[in-house]
Amino acid sequence: MAQRIIFTDSSRLMVEAAVQAGADVFIGYPITPANLLYYYSSQRFPVFMAAPDEITTLQLMSGYAATGKVPVTATSFPGYALMIESINMAYMMELPMVIILVQRLGPATGTATMGAQGDLNVVTGTISGGMAIPVISVSDPADAWELTAKAVEVAVKLRTPVVLLTSKEEVMTQFGLDPDELAPIQKVERKVYESDEPFFPYKAGENKVPLFLGVDTSRHQVRFTASTHDTRGIIQNSGAEALGNSIRLHEKITENLDSYTCYSYDMQEGAKALIVSYGITAQAAREAVAQLRNDGESVALLIPQTLYPIPNLYFDIMSRYPRVVIAEENLTGQYRHLLFGVNAPAGVTGVNAFGKMITPAQIKSEVLDHGKSIS
Amino acid sequence: MERVYLKEEGLPFCKGCGHTTISENTDKALQKLGIPLLDVILVTDIGCHGIIDKSFKMHTVHGLHGRSVALATGISAGLSNPDKKVIVFIGDGGVTIGIQHLINAAHRNFNMTVVIHNNMLYGMTGGQPSEFTPQGFKTPTLPDGAGEKASDICAIISAAGASYVSRVIGIGDLSDHLAEAFAKPGFSLVEVMEICPSYGVKSNPGMKLSKVVQEAGLEIRVYADRNIPGPELLSESKFKSLFTGKIDIPVTHVSSLKSTVRIQVAGSAGEGVQSAAEYFAAAAIASGLNATKKGSYPVTVGIGFSASDVIISPDPILYTGSPVPDYLIITSDDGLAYAKGALAAMKEGTVYIDSSLPVPETKASVVTYAFREFAGSRNAALVGFLYLLKEAALYPYEALESRVAGRIGKTIG
Repeated sequence: MAQRIIFTDSSRLMVEAAVQAGADVFIGYPITPANLLYYYSSQRFPVFMAAPDEITTLQLMSGYAATGKVPVTATSFPGYALMIESINMAYMMELPMVIILVQRLGPATGTATMGAQGDLNVVTGTISGGMAIPVISVSDPADAWELTAKAVEVAVKLRTPVVLLTSKEEVMTQFGLDPDELAPIQKVERKVYESDEPFFPYKAGENKVPLFLGVDTSRHQVRFTASTHDTRGIIQNSGAEALGNSIRLHEKITENLDSYTCYSYDMQEGAKALIVSYGITAQAAREAVAQLRNDGESVALLIPQTLYPIPNLYFDIMSRYPRVVIAEENLTGQYRHLLFGVNAPAGVTGVNAFGKMITPAQIKSEVLDHGKSIS
Repeated sequence: MERVYLKEEGLPFCKGCGHTTISENTDKALQKLGIPLLDVILVTDIGCHGIIDKSFKMHTVHGLHGRSVALATGISAGLSNPDKKVIVFIGDGGVTIGIQHLINAAHRNFNMTVVIHNNMLYGMTGGQPSEFTPQGFKTPTLPDGAGEKASDICAIISAAGASYVSRVIGIGDLSDHLAEAFAKPGFSLVEVMEICPSYGVKSNPGMKLSKVVQEAGLEIRVYADRNIPGPELLSESKFKSLFTGKIDIPVTHVSSLKSTVRIQVAGSAGEGVQSAAEYFAAAAIASGLNATKKGSYPVTVGIGFSASDVIISPDPILYTGSPVPDYLIITSDDGLAYAKGALAAMKEGTVYIDSSLPVPETKASVVTYAFREFAGSRNAALVGFLYLLKEAALYPYEALESRVAGRIGKTIG
């Protein structure tokens, strides 16, 4: 077949991938730089609804999810901040959904048309109690396609909100692409409770995930509950069963991490330095690696795509290198701090930027000049 | 009457609380209408009324404070089935924090019935006043009484376009009132006036509920009875893949470009800068190259500068930031101001600038041309790209010209 090229952007890929994977409802509130996702969704999703604000967005998504739908939204930090209480509700109710967070420069309304990677702390800290929520990060157009489908799959299989992290430069920059070369996406198969035995909405099933039944059923009573509840979904203060149920919500995310650990690891024989980067900066890192190797330097590259929970594998890989350079477009090195705390071990340094993209040259220079700018 | 929707056990509310009256009458009203148990979905809010879930046998959904109506809207839309009965229990506190959700759901007339348990204060947290505490009504935190008039939620929701709205006193048999609202299509609302036996009665000894309501100017009546069916939302998707349609770019030309080239174009909003850059990038793809394009402009897209960065390369393009361009096209004053940084950073390469503008200081070579005059200011950026192709031969001129022929109408020479 002849090559068929379209000139497009990752917003289009993400929306098409989400629908092909089985997402069927998009609820949106306009916000720059997520508006292309909103637009494409209005042209593609079986159900599209404009919400009057981001709290309502998450509530509508939760309502749809309670009837068996798989909703998606796209927002940026200001909208995400409004959604947090409702994301906690959906997490507690075990409702599948994908929230695409297109990062832009903050704080507050910041600069709406400038990219950033500054929301990792708020995203990984979304759930009260320190509980884990899956955070998947897109690093190039292929990721926009494959990882969006993965996010839908994780949301459905683990019955949880999933955050798909991207940024302005990723979803608004156009590029040429042959859509026929994209890997086919399988629609996620959804298991529901089929037995005639009494239904316990929060009884752990396989992988600690309860089988789903929506409020559209006429076979069993279904309860969805945001407050601490037992396996029947009845509010309890702090009984062992109810607390155990809340803890299970965290465990199903962490104990099933292997099923959604996505990363790219580009090794090189003899390399002493490892560059770690994600999101928009991963592209600069790829280019820096190509240039360094071209100059005869040995260097390896790790691109975490599943950012959170943090797979142990990342620590295994990083421990093989005396020098680790973590590049991300925020002021303080949010992922570096998540990985190592504020006091990173000797040999681990960051390349950071605020209000501008990190260049391949900055990453190269940190690899070559390692140690001069430990922060 | 025997209970059908409620369990036989006692209800969890204080003695004398109107919440008990509402729950028992909800059971009775549903029985009168004969709605099958599992066709009813009860969505509750936060507040004393919200602990009722465990006493009901239909589907129950218990969410956040003030958000129950928005959550129920999603459920109603997701079911998209007028035979299912979505009922929301919410207090006056929940309405205070979430009034937009009621207005929105009423405005769009989603199938549901909202039952407001209005006891005129926050009962669960110690009796603080809400937007619905009548003037002069005392609460533990307002011993001298509320200073403002209570909001009239029935008037507000009626104005929003609800199908049915009524206010009743929460004493005695309410089942006919509730049944009437439950039976209406679209969005219906019943505000049930109550007095909190723990905080309202103690703070206002001897006060009669009906007198409080009357003195507050809140009428006991039907506010709206419009009988409007709710929206139908679910249908088979009419949409096809986002990869179909007229977006394919056939490769029709060949470029001999050997390395990556970065081009920045800087002009004014409304002068076709973004579309010109898109045409230029698409024509590069039609010449077998890789291309990326991104735009920069103020949030008010119709005024001020408009700039774009295009990268073309025979190799895959990874980093799409905009360091120093190899070629810079400037077509207007706005563009010249925007391009200041690039002009200073360019140590080599070429700047193409409209001949009406002052020649800028830069280490790059500067070429002037009448981009604005050639085919009008709306085509200035496009003419700039065509001129660049004539001068720099990055890929065949015809690849771009054939895409935009109708817009310029003459060849740049």
